[in-house]
Amino acid sequence: MPTSQQNPATDPPPLIQAQALFCERDERILFSDLHFDLTGGELVQIKGSNGSGKTSLLRILCGLNEDFSGEILWKGEPVAEVREDFLASMTYIGHRAGVNRILTPRENLRWSASLQAPADDKQIVEALGRLGLRAYEDIPCRNLSAGQTQRVALARLLISRASVWILDEPFTTLDVHGVKNLENLLAEHVSAGGAVMLTTHHPLSVNCKARALDLDQHRINS
Amino acid sequence: MNNAREIQDIKGVSTWSAFCATLRRDLVIALKRRNDLLNPIMFFLIVVSLFPLGISPDPVELSRVSAGVVWVSALLASMLSLDNLYRADYEDGSLEQLLLSPQPLYFLVLAKNIAHWLISGLPVVILSPLLAYMLYLPSEAYWTMVLTLLIGTPVLSLFGSIGVALTVGLGSRGLILAVIVLPLATPVLIIGAKAVTDVMVGLPVGSHFALLGAILALALTMAPLASAAALRISVN
Repeated sequence: MPTSQQNPATDPPPLIQAQALFCERDERILFSDLHFDLTGGELVQIKGSNGSGKTSLLRILCGLNEDFSGEILWKGEPVAEVREDFLASMTYIGHRAGVNRILTPRENLRWSASLQAPADDKQIVEALGRLGLRAYEDIPCRNLSAGQTQRVALARLLISRASVWILDEPFTTLDVHGVKNLENLLAEHVSAGGAVMLTTHHPLSVNCKARALDLDQHRINS
Repeated sequence: MNNAREIQDIKGVSTWSAFCATLRRDLVIALKRRNDLLNPIMFFLIVVSLFPLGISPDPVELSRVSAGVVWVSALLASMLSLDNLYRADYEDGSLEQLLLSPQPLYFLVLAKNIAHWLISGLPVVILSPLLAYMLYLPSEAYWTMVLTLLIGTPVLSLFGSIGVALTVGLGSRGLILAVIVLPLATPVLIIGAKAVTDVMVGLPVGSHFALLGAILALALTMAPLASAAALRISVN
């Protein structure tokens, strides 16, 4: 039941709402009583020093980490109850790119597409092309550089058609051109009504609505 | 094309196509890594061919132990290749992508288990008559042996998958995988080997097959669920 709510004039409802999140690791509290919303048409950058729980927060949001208390709502409903719908509309790219070294970029993306959203070969080639991997479609990923492997992972964003992107340090290993390219993709996605939540230590310059969530302060700065 | 890039919720792919794609992916990976494909078969061949050297080349003695030898070797060959099931996926992050698929994890795990069986179990089944011949297994027991292996080896893959899923996140696993998997696998070994020896002395083996079939049915329905739950814990 695709509920298309393409109405950029009014504020779209929050896609994700996090309420009273509390996470503890090795008897150290990473964050407690953390509240925030993620709405369509904005980018939220999670800031914080090393070890402040940025990665943990992202993994909690997408459901990979269950060691937390608090509530996460997807479009107003507890995420556990609408998990399928949530997963179909969310793409996560973590530290580990999720790219098999033996397979080619094309084969990797074909599998990713089959897991989440159907994409034909033309879309896959186009996505790889947009990330600067034209002519690399059929080269085993073990022969690609770290930056190129990261680009293969990022190509998933283009074929998944998910409305929420959760990205953990997506800029590491990308070159100057790749960084610019990704920033454009993020801005384009956000302008089209999508939502992005990412962590990065790279000074972000995106041409869209963006704000920061500082875990060191546990509050949202506009 | 670019402006057609719509952002909306997509009720993704069908479960069946995700299942097929996962199965195909694992088979392609195995075909590209010849070692993974050959290791279980070579191991099976080598272990079985050591027995005539170690015990005695005497046909009477060998034929008495042949069923057990083939079955134990098949079990060990299956264990040897278990680690490939989730290890690489865990390390490169593909496992996280698998867990974040909106498709039911049961079917994705089942696809991976079937791929593992096709790579490590089926070749052993196909090769077993040749090795049985080397070990002087009486000819009337050939079909029983092949059939018990055909029913039993998928169970080894399915139960083994639970053990690997539980241990994939551990740094040094050592023997822990064997400690988890072997108790689950021994009933299959006992019944499978017993069926073959019973047929050699002319006893009926219908009940053995019924038991093996029941274990396979149990493994097919429950093991992927257990593996899925274990994978969720491992990536946590």
